[in-house]
Amino acid sequence: MSVAAYALVDCNNFYCSCERVFRPDLKDKPVVVLSNNDGCIISRSNEAKKLGVQMAAPYFKQKLFLKRNNVAVFSSNYALYGDLSARVMSSLRSFCPDMEIYSIDEAFLRLDGFSTRDLMGYAQKIRDTIYAWTGIPVSIGIAPTKTLAKIASHICKKTCASTGVFNMNAHWGDGAYIDNLLERTSVEDIWGIGRRSGKKLARYGITTARQLRDRDNFWVQKMLTRTGLQTVLEMRGVSCIALEEAPPKRRSIRSSRSFGKPVTRKEDAREAVVAYMVRAAEKLRREHLTATTISVFIKTSTHRPGDQHAEYASHTLPEPTNYTPLLVQHASEMLGKIFREKHQYQKVGVLLSGLESQHNQQGSLLSLTSKEVEEQLAAQSRLMHVTDTINKKFGRGTVQYAGEGLGQPWKMKQDNLSPRYTTKWGELCEVF
Amino acid sequence: MKQQTEFSENIAVQEGAGDMHASCVCAGFPSPADDYVEEALDLNRLLVHNAPATFFLRVKGDSMKGAGIHTDDILVVDRSVTPKHNSIIVAVLNGTLTVKRLWKKGNRIVLLAENPAHRPVDVTCMEEFEVWGVATSVIHSLRVNK
Repeated sequence: MSVAAYALVDCNNFYCSCERVFRPDLKDKPVVVLSNNDGCIISRSNEAKKLGVQMAAPYFKQKLFLKRNNVAVFSSNYALYGDLSARVMSSLRSFCPDMEIYSIDEAFLRLDGFSTRDLMGYAQKIRDTIYAWTGIPVSIGIAPTKTLAKIASHICKKTCASTGVFNMNAHWGDGAYIDNLLERTSVEDIWGIGRRSGKKLARYGITTARQLRDRDNFWVQKMLTRTGLQTVLEMRGVSCIALEEAPPKRRSIRSSRSFGKPVTRKEDAREAVVAYMVRAAEKLRREHLTATTISVFIKTSTHRPGDQHAEYASHTLPEPTNYTPLLVQHASEMLGKIFREKHQYQKVGVLLSGLESQHNQQGSLLSLTSKEVEEQLAAQSRLMHVTDTINKKFGRGTVQYAGEGLGQPWKMKQDNLSPRYTTKWGELCEVF
Repeated sequence: MKQQTEFSENIAVQEGAGDMHASCVCAGFPSPADDYVEEALDLNRLLVHNAPATFFLRVKGDSMKGAGIHTDDILVVDRSVTPKHNSIIVAVLNGTLTVKRLWKKGNRIVLLAENPAHRPVDVTCMEEFEVWGVATSVIHSLRVNK
Protein backbone atom coordinates (compact mmCIF):
# COMPACT_ATOMS: atom_id res chain seq x y z
CA MET A 1 0.00 0.00 0.00
CA SER A 2 1.52 3.24 -1.07
CA VAL A 3 0.86 6.05 1.30
CA ALA A 4 1.69 9.71 0.72
CA ALA A 5 4.52 11.01 2.87
CA TYR A 6 4.26 14.56 4.11
CA ALA A 7 7.13 15.68 6.30
CA LEU A 8 6.99 18.65 8.60
CA VAL A 9 10.45 19.99 9.31
CA ASP A 10 10.33 22.10 12.43
CA CYS A 11 13.28 23.95 13.99
CA ASN A 12 13.71 23.22 17.69
CA ASN A 13 13.13 26.27 19.89
CA PHE A 14 14.05 28.31 16.85
CA TYR A 15 14.93 31.73 18.28
CA CYS A 16 17.00 30.17 21.06
CA SER A 17 18.73 27.91 18.57
CA CYS A 18 19.60 30.96 16.46
CA GLU A 19 21.19 32.65 19.46
CA ARG A 20 23.33 29.56 20.02
CA VAL A 21 24.82 29.36 16.52
CA PHE A 22 27.46 31.97 17.30
CA ARG A 23 27.54 31.31 21.04
CA PRO A 24 28.79 27.75 21.45
CA ASP A 25 29.21 28.52 25.16
CA LEU A 26 25.40 28.41 25.44
CA LYS A 27 25.10 24.92 24.06
CA ASP A 28 23.56 23.08 27.01
CA LYS A 29 22.56 26.13 29.00
CA PRO A 30 19.13 27.60 29.69
CA VAL A 31 18.33 30.34 27.16
CA VAL A 32 15.22 32.46 26.58
CA VAL A 33 14.24 35.01 23.95
CA LEU A 34 11.89 37.91 24.64
CA SER A 35 9.14 39.35 22.47
CA ASN A 36 9.01 42.87 21.04
CA ASN A 37 9.75 45.43 23.72
CA ASP A 38 11.21 42.73 25.93
CA GLY A 39 7.64 42.11 27.00
CA CYS A 40 7.33 38.38 27.45
CA ILE A 41 9.16 35.14 26.84
CA ILE A 42 8.54 33.71 23.39
CA SER A 43 11.19 31.03 23.12
CA ARG A 44 12.86 28.74 25.65
CA SER A 45 15.66 26.24 25.29
CA ASN A 46 14.99 22.74 26.65
CA GLU A 47 17.09 23.53 29.72
CA ALA A 48 14.99 26.62 30.42
CA LYS A 49 11.82 24.56 30.03
CA LYS A 50 13.13 22.05 32.57
CA LEU A 51 13.75 24.85 35.04
CA GLY A 52 10.08 25.69 34.80
CA VAL A 53 10.32 28.94 32.86
CA GLN A 54 6.86 29.76 31.52
CA MET A 55 6.12 30.47 27.88
CA ALA A 56 4.44 33.79 27.11
CA ALA A 57 4.93 34.91 30.68
CA PRO A 58 5.79 38.59 31.20
CA TYR A 59 9.53 39.04 31.45
CA PHE A 60 9.61 41.43 34.38
CA LYS A 61 7.81 38.88 36.55
CA GLN A 62 10.43 36.21 35.92
CA LYS A 63 13.49 38.42 35.79
CA LEU A 64 14.76 37.53 39.24
CA PHE A 65 14.19 33.82 38.76
CA LEU A 66 16.03 33.90 35.45
CA LYS A 67 18.96 35.78 36.94
CA ARG A 68 19.28 33.40 39.88
CA ASN A 69 19.32 30.42 37.55
CA ASN A 70 21.84 31.92 35.15
CA VAL A 71 19.44 31.85 32.25
CA ALA A 72 20.77 33.73 29.22
CA VAL A 73 18.20 36.31 28.12
CA PHE A 74 17.98 37.80 24.62
CA SER A 75 15.80 40.42 22.94
CA SER A 76 14.37 39.36 19.59
CA ASN A 77 17.01 39.68 16.91
CA TYR A 78 14.80 39.42 13.85
CA ALA A 79 17.57 40.27 11.44
CA LEU A 80 19.46 37.20 12.62
CA TYR A 81 16.42 34.91 12.78
CA GLY A 82 15.23 35.90 9.32
CA ASP A 83 18.64 35.22 7.82
CA LEU A 84 19.10 31.85 9.52
CA SER A 85 15.57 30.86 8.54
CA ALA A 86 16.33 31.63 4.90
CA ARG A 87 19.40 29.44 5.14
CA VAL A 88 17.44 26.54 6.61
CA MET A 89 14.77 26.82 3.90
CA SER A 90 17.33 27.11 1.16
CA SER A 91 19.14 24.00 2.44
CA LEU A 92 15.86 22.09 2.56
CA ARG A 93 15.07 23.01 -1.00
CA SER A 94 18.18 21.25 -2.20
CA PHE A 95 16.74 18.03 -0.77
CA CYS A 96 13.26 18.40 -2.05
CA PRO A 97 11.96 21.07 -4.42
CA ASP A 98 8.41 20.02 -3.54
CA MET A 99 8.19 22.14 -0.42
CA GLU A 100 6.06 24.73 1.28
CA ILE A 101 7.54 27.25 3.69
CA TYR A 102 4.91 27.41 6.37
CA SER A 103 6.41 29.83 8.87
CA ILE A 104 9.77 31.23 9.90
CA ASP A 105 10.78 27.88 11.33
CA GLU A 106 8.57 25.26 9.67
CA ALA A 107 8.32 23.76 6.23
CA PHE A 108 6.33 20.91 4.69
CA LEU A 109 8.01 18.56 2.24
CA ARG A 110 6.55 15.78 0.15
CA LEU A 111 8.66 12.67 0.31
CA ASP A 112 6.58 10.14 -1.63
CA GLY A 113 8.21 7.15 -3.24
CA PHE A 114 10.61 6.06 -0.51
CA SER A 115 10.46 2.74 1.27
CA THR A 116 10.07 3.02 5.03
CA ARG A 117 13.70 2.38 5.79
CA ASP A 118 14.96 4.71 3.11
CA LEU A 119 12.57 7.37 4.33
CA MET A 120 13.98 7.25 7.85
CA GLY A 121 17.49 7.37 6.46
CA TYR A 122 16.65 10.28 4.20
CA ALA A 123 14.95 12.23 6.95
CA GLN A 124 17.94 11.66 9.19
CA LYS A 125 20.23 12.89 6.45
CA ILE A 126 18.13 16.03 6.06
CA ARG A 127 18.36 16.65 9.77
CA ASP A 128 22.11 16.11 9.97
CA THR A 129 22.74 18.27 6.94
CA ILE A 130 20.66 21.19 8.18
CA TYR A 131 22.51 21.10 11.47
CA ALA A 132 25.92 20.85 9.81
CA TRP A 133 25.26 23.68 7.36
CA THR A 134 23.35 26.15 9.53
CA GLY A 135 23.82 25.12 13.15
CA ILE A 136 20.05 24.81 13.63
CA PRO A 137 18.66 21.54 15.03
CA VAL A 138 15.34 20.40 13.53
CA SER A 139 12.74 17.72 14.20
CA ILE A 140 10.98 15.92 11.41
CA GLY A 141 7.51 14.40 11.62
CA ILE A 142 6.36 12.19 8.73
CA ALA A 143 2.75 11.15 8.13
CA PRO A 144 0.22 10.56 5.34
CA THR A 145 -1.27 14.05 5.62
CA LYS A 146 -0.13 17.56 6.58
CA THR A 147 -2.33 17.62 9.67
CA LEU A 148 -0.90 14.32 10.90
CA ALA A 149 2.63 15.43 10.01
CA LYS A 150 2.17 18.34 12.39
CA ILE A 151 1.09 15.92 15.10
CA ALA A 152 4.01 13.63 14.26
CA SER A 153 6.42 16.53 14.62
CA HIS A 154 4.94 17.40 17.98
CA ILE A 155 5.35 13.78 19.14
CA CYS A 156 8.88 13.76 17.79
CA LYS A 157 9.86 16.72 19.92
CA LYS A 158 8.47 15.08 23.01
CA THR A 159 9.73 11.53 22.59
CA CYS A 160 12.34 11.25 19.85
CA ALA A 161 14.76 13.92 20.87
CA SER A 162 17.74 11.69 20.13
CA THR A 163 16.86 10.65 16.58
CA GLY A 164 14.94 13.80 15.75
CA VAL A 165 12.66 11.96 13.32
CA PHE A 166 9.28 10.35 13.87
CA ASN A 167 7.74 8.42 11.02
CA MET A 168 4.05 7.80 11.57
CA ASN A 169 3.84 6.06 8.18
CA ALA A 170 5.89 3.19 9.52
CA HIS A 171 3.05 2.42 11.94
CA TRP A 172 0.13 3.26 9.72
CA GLY A 173 -1.04 -0.33 9.42
CA ASP A 174 -1.14 -0.71 13.21
CA GLY A 175 -4.55 0.71 14.19
CA ALA A 176 -4.03 0.40 17.92
CA TYR A 177 -0.73 2.23 17.77
CA ILE A 178 -2.20 5.15 15.85
CA ASP A 179 -5.23 5.24 18.14
CA ASN A 180 -2.89 5.49 21.09
CA LEU A 181 -0.93 8.38 19.54
CA LEU A 182 -4.09 10.33 18.82
CA GLU A 183 -5.46 9.52 22.25
CA ARG A 184 -2.45 11.22 23.75
CA THR A 185 -2.80 14.29 21.55
CA SER A 186 -4.97 17.02 22.97
CA VAL A 187 -7.61 18.45 20.67
CA GLU A 188 -6.15 21.96 20.97
CA ASP A 189 -2.82 20.73 19.63
CA ILE A 190 -4.38 19.77 16.31
CA TRP A 191 -3.48 22.10 13.46
CA GLY A 192 -6.48 24.23 12.71
CA ILE A 193 -8.21 23.69 16.03
CA GLY A 194 -7.61 26.63 18.33
CA ARG A 195 -8.43 27.28 21.94
CA ARG A 196 -11.93 28.49 21.19
CA SER A 197 -12.91 25.41 19.19
CA GLY A 198 -11.17 23.33 21.80
CA LYS A 199 -13.39 24.77 24.52
CA LYS A 200 -16.47 24.21 22.38
CA LEU A 201 -15.54 20.58 21.75
CA ALA A 202 -14.80 20.04 25.43
CA ARG A 203 -18.39 20.87 26.20
CA TYR A 204 -19.32 17.78 24.16
CA GLY A 205 -16.76 15.66 25.94
CA ILE A 206 -14.20 15.79 23.12
CA THR A 207 -10.72 16.48 24.44
CA THR A 208 -8.43 14.18 22.46
CA ALA A 209 -7.61 13.97 18.77
CA ARG A 210 -8.81 10.38 18.72
CA GLN A 211 -12.25 11.31 19.97
CA LEU A 212 -12.58 14.03 17.35
CA ARG A 213 -11.36 11.76 14.58
CA ASP A 214 -14.02 9.22 15.43
CA ARG A 215 -17.01 11.58 15.35
CA ASP A 216 -19.22 11.36 12.27
CA ASN A 217 -18.71 13.80 9.41
CA PHE A 218 -22.07 15.45 9.69
CA TRP A 219 -21.52 16.40 13.31
CA VAL A 220 -18.00 17.64 12.66
CA GLN A 221 -19.09 19.83 9.78
CA LYS A 222 -21.89 21.30 11.86
CA MET A 223 -19.58 22.05 14.78
CA LEU A 224 -16.43 23.12 12.99
CA THR A 225 -17.50 23.97 9.42
CA ARG A 226 -16.01 22.49 6.31
CA THR A 227 -12.48 23.37 7.34
CA GLY A 228 -12.95 21.35 10.51
CA LEU A 229 -14.18 18.43 8.45
CA GLN A 230 -11.06 18.62 6.29
CA THR A 231 -8.96 18.46 9.43
CA VAL A 232 -10.77 15.36 10.64
CA LEU A 233 -10.48 13.64 7.25
CA GLU A 234 -6.78 14.42 7.29
CA MET A 235 -6.52 12.80 10.70
CA ARG A 236 -7.98 9.67 9.19
CA GLY A 237 -5.25 9.67 6.57
CA VAL A 238 -7.18 11.27 3.72
CA SER A 239 -5.11 14.08 2.31
CA CYS A 240 -7.27 17.16 1.63
CA ILE A 241 -4.76 19.92 2.11
CA ALA A 242 -2.12 20.06 -0.59
CA LEU A 243 1.27 21.74 -0.47
CA GLU A 244 0.96 25.39 -1.31
CA GLU A 245 3.83 26.06 -3.56
CA ALA A 246 3.34 29.78 -3.95
CA PRO A 247 2.67 31.93 -0.92
CA PRO A 248 -0.92 33.22 -0.78
CA LYS A 249 -1.29 36.70 -2.23
CA ARG A 250 -0.99 39.45 0.30
CA ARG A 251 -4.22 41.00 1.46
CA SER A 252 -2.85 43.81 3.61
CA ILE A 253 0.34 45.24 4.97
CA ARG A 254 0.47 46.28 8.56
CA SER A 255 3.16 48.09 10.43
CA SER A 256 2.77 48.74 14.12
CA ARG A 257 4.51 48.32 17.43
CA SER A 258 3.87 48.86 21.06
CA PHE A 259 5.77 51.77 22.54
CA GLY A 260 8.65 51.31 24.96
CA LYS A 261 7.19 54.13 27.11
CA PRO A 262 3.63 55.41 26.90
CA VAL A 263 3.20 58.30 24.48
CA THR A 264 1.20 61.34 25.49
CA ARG A 265 2.33 63.99 22.99
CA LYS A 266 0.71 64.22 19.60
CA GLU A 267 4.06 64.99 17.91
CA ASP A 268 5.59 61.75 19.20
CA ALA A 269 2.61 59.69 18.06
CA ARG A 270 2.71 61.40 14.68
CA GLU A 271 6.42 60.64 14.28
CA ALA A 272 5.72 56.99 14.99
CA VAL A 273 2.86 56.84 12.48
CA VAL A 274 5.05 58.44 9.83
CA ALA A 275 7.88 56.02 10.49
CA TYR A 276 5.58 52.99 10.33
CA MET A 277 3.96 54.27 7.16
CA VAL A 278 7.37 54.72 5.56
CA ARG A 279 8.20 51.14 6.48
CA ALA A 280 4.88 49.81 5.20
CA ALA A 281 5.26 51.71 1.92
CA GLU A 282 8.72 50.21 1.44
CA LYS A 283 7.18 46.76 1.80
CA LEU A 284 4.52 47.72 -0.67
CA ARG A 285 7.03 48.72 -3.32
CA ARG A 286 9.23 45.75 -2.65
CA GLU A 287 6.33 43.49 -3.51
CA HIS A 288 5.36 45.61 -6.49
CA LEU A 289 1.97 46.52 -5.08
CA THR A 290 -0.14 49.61 -4.63
CA ALA A 291 -2.73 50.32 -1.94
CA THR A 292 -6.11 52.01 -2.06
CA THR A 293 -7.08 52.13 1.58
CA ILE A 294 -5.05 53.56 4.44
CA SER A 295 -5.96 52.92 8.06
CA VAL A 296 -4.42 54.29 11.21
CA PHE A 297 -5.14 53.02 14.70
CA ILE A 298 -4.13 54.03 18.15
CA LYS A 299 -4.75 52.53 21.56
CA THR A 300 -4.02 52.98 25.22
CA SER A 301 -2.82 50.21 27.48
CA THR A 302 -5.51 48.35 29.39
CA HIS A 303 -2.95 47.62 32.11
CA ARG A 304 -2.25 51.23 32.91
CA PRO A 305 -4.37 53.67 34.91
CA GLY A 306 -6.06 56.56 33.14
CA ASP A 307 -8.74 56.95 30.51
CA GLN A 308 -8.94 54.26 27.89
CA HIS A 309 -9.13 55.14 24.25
CA ALA A 310 -8.81 53.03 21.16
CA GLU A 311 -9.66 54.33 17.74
CA TYR A 312 -9.23 53.46 14.15
CA ALA A 313 -9.57 55.70 11.10
CA SER A 314 -9.74 54.64 7.48
CA HIS A 315 -9.50 56.53 4.23
CA THR A 316 -9.88 55.27 0.69
CA LEU A 317 -7.88 57.00 -1.99
CA PRO A 318 -9.31 57.82 -5.39
CA GLU A 319 -6.34 56.11 -7.05
CA PRO A 320 -4.12 53.27 -5.82
CA THR A 321 -0.61 54.40 -4.90
CA ASN A 322 2.66 53.41 -3.28
CA TYR A 323 4.08 56.92 -3.16
CA THR A 324 5.34 57.42 0.39
CA PRO A 325 4.87 61.20 0.73
CA LEU A 326 1.19 60.85 -0.18
CA LEU A 327 0.61 57.93 2.17
CA VAL A 328 2.46 59.71 4.95
CA GLN A 329 0.44 62.86 4.47
CA HIS A 330 -2.87 61.03 4.81
CA ALA A 331 -1.68 58.97 7.77
CA SER A 332 -0.47 62.04 9.55
CA GLU A 333 -3.77 63.86 9.02
CA MET A 334 -5.76 60.88 10.23
CA LEU A 335 -3.67 60.61 13.35
CA GLY A 336 -4.28 64.27 14.05
CA LYS A 337 -8.01 63.57 13.97
CA ILE A 338 -8.10 60.57 16.28
CA PHE A 339 -5.41 61.53 18.81
CA ARG A 340 -6.72 62.75 22.16
CA GLU A 341 -4.71 64.76 24.63
CA LYS A 342 -4.03 63.53 28.15
CA HIS A 343 -4.11 59.83 27.21
CA GLN A 344 -1.29 57.35 27.66
CA TYR A 345 -1.04 55.60 24.33
CA GLN A 346 0.66 52.26 24.23
CA LYS A 347 0.37 51.34 20.58
CA VAL A 348 -0.03 52.92 17.18
CA GLY A 349 -0.07 51.39 13.76
CA VAL A 350 -0.90 51.69 10.10
CA LEU A 351 -2.57 49.28 7.73
CA LEU A 352 -2.53 49.35 3.95
CA SER A 353 -5.21 47.37 2.15
CA GLY A 354 -6.95 47.15 -1.18
CA LEU A 355 -3.65 45.89 -2.57
CA GLU A 356 -3.13 45.54 -6.29
CA SER A 357 -0.23 44.81 -8.51
CA GLN A 358 1.45 48.07 -9.47
CA HIS A 359 1.49 47.00 -13.07
CA ASN A 360 -2.31 47.11 -13.13
CA GLN A 361 -2.18 50.69 -11.97
CA GLN A 362 0.10 51.89 -14.69
CA GLY A 363 -2.00 50.17 -17.29
CA SER A 364 -5.28 51.79 -16.33
CA LEU A 365 -4.02 55.24 -15.45
CA LEU A 366 -2.04 55.87 -18.56
CA SER A 367 -5.16 55.70 -20.66
CA LEU A 368 -7.05 58.29 -18.61
CA THR A 369 -4.63 60.94 -17.51
CA SER A 370 -3.13 64.04 -18.98
CA LYS A 371 0.50 64.33 -19.90
CA GLU A 372 1.31 66.42 -16.80
CA VAL A 373 -0.13 63.80 -14.46
CA GLU A 374 1.75 61.06 -16.29
CA GLU A 375 4.98 62.98 -15.87
CA GLN A 376 4.28 63.59 -12.22
CA LEU A 377 3.62 59.91 -11.61
CA ALA A 378 6.81 59.00 -13.43
CA ALA A 379 8.76 61.50 -11.32
CA GLN A 380 7.24 60.13 -8.13
CA SER A 381 8.13 56.63 -9.18
CA ARG A 382 11.73 57.66 -9.89
CA LEU A 383 12.01 59.38 -6.52
CA MET A 384 10.80 56.26 -4.74
CA HIS A 385 13.16 54.10 -6.75
CA VAL A 386 16.16 56.27 -5.87
CA THR A 387 15.20 56.43 -2.19
CA ASP A 388 14.77 52.68 -2.02
CA THR A 389 18.08 52.06 -3.79
CA ILE A 390 19.99 54.34 -1.44
CA ASN A 391 18.38 52.83 1.65
CA LYS A 392 19.15 49.38 0.37
CA LYS A 393 22.78 50.20 -0.34
CA PHE A 394 23.62 52.19 2.77
CA GLY A 395 21.14 50.80 5.25
CA ARG A 396 17.53 51.37 6.09
CA GLY A 397 16.82 54.91 7.22
CA THR A 398 19.74 56.52 5.35
CA VAL A 399 17.21 58.66 3.56
CA GLN A 400 14.51 59.55 6.03
CA TYR A 401 11.39 61.60 5.96
CA ALA A 402 11.62 64.57 8.34
CA GLY A 403 8.26 63.52 9.81
CA GLU A 404 9.80 60.30 11.16
CA GLY A 405 11.58 62.29 13.83
CA LEU A 406 15.24 62.06 14.75
CA GLY A 407 15.16 61.18 18.45
CA GLN A 408 12.29 58.71 18.37
CA PRO A 409 11.66 58.34 22.10
CA TRP A 410 8.91 55.86 21.32
CA LYS A 411 11.32 53.30 19.88
CA MET A 412 11.05 49.70 20.90
CA LYS A 413 12.94 48.51 23.98
CA GLN A 414 15.54 45.86 23.22
CA ASP A 415 18.03 45.78 26.05
CA ASN A 416 19.46 42.34 25.39
CA LEU A 417 20.02 42.32 21.65
CA SER A 418 22.72 40.04 20.27
CA PRO A 419 24.83 41.22 17.30
CA ARG A 420 23.43 40.91 13.80
CA TYR A 421 26.13 38.38 12.98
CA THR A 422 24.96 37.62 9.47
CA THR A 423 23.62 40.92 8.19
CA LYS A 424 26.00 43.62 9.39
CA TRP A 425 29.71 43.76 8.57
CA GLY A 426 30.36 45.68 11.75
CA GLU A 427 28.74 42.98 13.90
CA LEU A 428 30.45 39.82 12.70
CA CYS A 429 31.19 37.11 15.23
CA GLU A 430 34.82 37.20 16.34
CA VAL A 431 37.19 34.27 16.05
CA PHE A 432 40.58 34.14 17.81
CA MET B 1 43.07 52.80 14.82
CA LYS B 2 40.84 49.87 14.12
CA GLN B 3 40.67 48.84 10.52
CA GLN B 4 37.82 46.91 9.17
CA THR B 5 37.17 45.62 5.74
CA GLU B 6 33.91 47.01 4.51
CA PHE B 7 32.02 45.99 1.45
CA SER B 8 28.92 47.49 0.03
CA GLU B 9 26.32 45.02 -1.08
CA ASN B 10 26.66 43.47 -4.41
CA ILE B 11 23.87 45.50 -5.94
CA ALA B 12 24.54 44.17 -9.41
CA VAL B 13 23.53 40.62 -8.53
CA GLN B 14 20.52 41.59 -6.44
CA GLU B 15 18.93 43.94 -8.88
CA GLY B 16 19.39 41.63 -11.80
CA ALA B 17 21.79 44.09 -13.36
CA GLY B 18 23.79 41.00 -14.21
CA ASP B 19 22.00 42.06 -17.35
CA MET B 20 24.59 42.32 -19.93
CA HIS B 21 25.53 45.76 -21.06
CA ALA B 22 24.14 45.49 -24.51
CA SER B 23 24.97 48.16 -26.99
CA CYS B 24 22.44 50.93 -27.29
CA VAL B 25 20.10 50.00 -30.08
CA CYS B 26 19.16 53.57 -30.78
CA ALA B 27 22.68 54.19 -32.08
CA GLY B 28 21.77 52.03 -35.02
CA PHE B 29 24.85 49.81 -35.30
CA PRO B 30 25.28 46.53 -33.39
CA SER B 31 28.54 46.19 -31.49
CA PRO B 32 31.07 43.58 -32.55
CA ALA B 33 31.20 42.51 -28.89
CA ASP B 34 27.52 41.57 -28.78
CA ASP B 35 28.07 37.89 -29.47
CA TYR B 36 30.81 37.62 -26.88
CA VAL B 37 29.35 39.51 -23.93
CA GLU B 38 29.82 37.62 -20.65
CA GLU B 39 28.76 38.29 -17.10
CA ALA B 40 30.95 40.58 -15.04
CA LEU B 41 33.21 38.90 -12.48
CA ASP B 42 31.40 38.32 -9.22
CA LEU B 43 33.22 37.91 -5.91
CA ASN B 44 30.25 36.10 -4.42
CA ARG B 45 30.62 33.35 -6.97
CA LEU B 46 34.33 33.17 -6.37
CA LEU B 47 34.23 32.98 -2.60
CA VAL B 48 30.90 31.40 -1.74
CA HIS B 49 30.14 27.92 -3.01
CA ASN B 50 27.31 26.93 -0.71
CA ALA B 51 25.54 30.09 0.39
CA PRO B 52 23.31 28.72 3.17
CA ALA B 53 26.34 27.12 4.80
CA THR B 54 28.77 30.03 4.37
CA PHE B 55 29.39 32.56 7.12
CA PHE B 56 31.77 35.47 7.55
CA LEU B 57 33.73 35.83 10.80
CA ARG B 58 36.02 38.64 12.00
CA VAL B 59 39.52 37.54 12.94
CA LYS B 60 40.99 38.84 16.19
CA GLY B 61 44.55 38.24 17.28
CA ASP B 62 47.54 36.98 15.31
CA SER B 63 47.68 33.30 16.22
CA MET B 64 47.53 32.45 12.50
CA LYS B 65 49.66 35.22 11.05
CA GLY B 66 52.02 32.68 9.51
CA ALA B 67 49.12 31.55 7.33
CA GLY B 68 48.41 35.10 6.22
CA ILE B 69 45.46 35.54 8.56
CA HIS B 70 45.63 38.81 10.49
CA THR B 71 43.55 40.77 12.98
CA ASP B 72 40.42 42.35 11.48
CA ASP B 73 40.50 40.15 8.41
CA ILE B 74 37.29 38.51 7.30
CA LEU B 75 37.30 34.75 7.29
CA VAL B 76 35.01 32.97 4.84
CA VAL B 77 33.85 29.82 6.60
CA ASP B 78 31.94 26.98 4.97
CA ARG B 79 30.19 24.61 7.35
CA SER B 80 29.46 22.08 4.61
CA VAL B 81 33.10 21.29 3.81
CA THR B 82 34.56 18.22 5.49
CA PRO B 83 37.67 19.10 7.47
CA LYS B 84 40.81 17.24 6.44
CA HIS B 85 44.34 17.08 7.72
CA ASN B 86 45.96 20.51 7.17
CA SER B 87 42.65 22.35 6.66
CA ILE B 88 42.33 25.67 8.39
CA ILE B 89 39.28 25.28 10.54
CA VAL B 90 37.16 27.24 12.94
CA ALA B 91 36.73 25.15 16.05
CA VAL B 92 34.85 25.42 19.28
CA LEU B 93 37.29 25.22 22.14
CA ASN B 94 36.01 25.74 25.66
CA GLY B 95 33.00 27.66 24.43
CA THR B 96 34.79 30.12 22.13
CA LEU B 97 35.47 30.06 18.42
CA THR B 98 39.08 29.72 17.38
CA VAL B 99 40.78 29.51 13.98
CA LYS B 100 43.62 26.99 13.73
CA ARG B 101 45.20 24.52 11.38
CA LEU B 102 43.94 20.98 11.80
CA TRP B 103 46.50 18.24 12.28
CA LYS B 104 44.84 14.88 12.04
CA LYS B 105 46.61 11.54 11.80
CA GLY B 106 45.10 8.26 12.85
CA ASN B 107 43.14 8.92 16.01
CA ARG B 108 45.02 11.99 17.11
CA ILE B 109 43.71 15.50 16.53
CA VAL B 110 45.84 18.54 17.29
CA LEU B 111 45.13 22.23 16.67
CA LEU B 112 48.15 24.15 15.43
CA ALA B 113 48.64 27.89 15.46
CA GLU B 114 50.86 29.64 12.91
CA ASN B 115 52.64 31.85 15.37
CA PRO B 116 55.55 30.67 17.54
CA ALA B 117 53.98 32.35 20.54
CA HIS B 118 51.10 29.88 20.50
CA ARG B 119 51.43 26.24 21.55
CA PRO B 120 49.66 23.35 19.81
CA VAL B 121 46.58 22.03 21.54
CA ASP B 122 45.91 18.31 21.56
CA VAL B 123 42.14 17.88 21.45
CA THR B 124 41.97 14.13 20.86
CA CYS B 125 40.27 13.45 24.19
CA MET B 126 38.62 16.80 24.69
CA GLU B 127 34.87 16.77 24.96
CA GLU B 128 34.59 20.52 24.55
CA PHE B 129 36.12 20.37 21.07
CA GLU B 130 33.98 20.56 17.95
CA VAL B 131 34.55 21.72 14.39
CA TRP B 132 32.40 24.77 13.56
CA GLY B 133 33.42 25.09 9.92
CA VAL B 134 36.28 25.11 7.42
CA ALA B 135 37.90 28.39 6.42
CA THR B 136 38.05 28.55 2.65
CA SER B 137 39.31 32.12 2.11
CA VAL B 138 40.53 35.12 4.07
CA ILE B 139 39.86 38.69 3.00
CA HIS B 140 42.54 41.15 3.96
CA SER B 141 42.17 44.88 3.39
CA LEU B 142 45.26 46.76 2.22
CA ARG B 143 43.91 50.20 3.10
CA VAL B 144 46.33 52.20 5.22
CA ASN B 145 43.79 54.33 7.09
CA LYS B 146 40.05 53.91 7.51
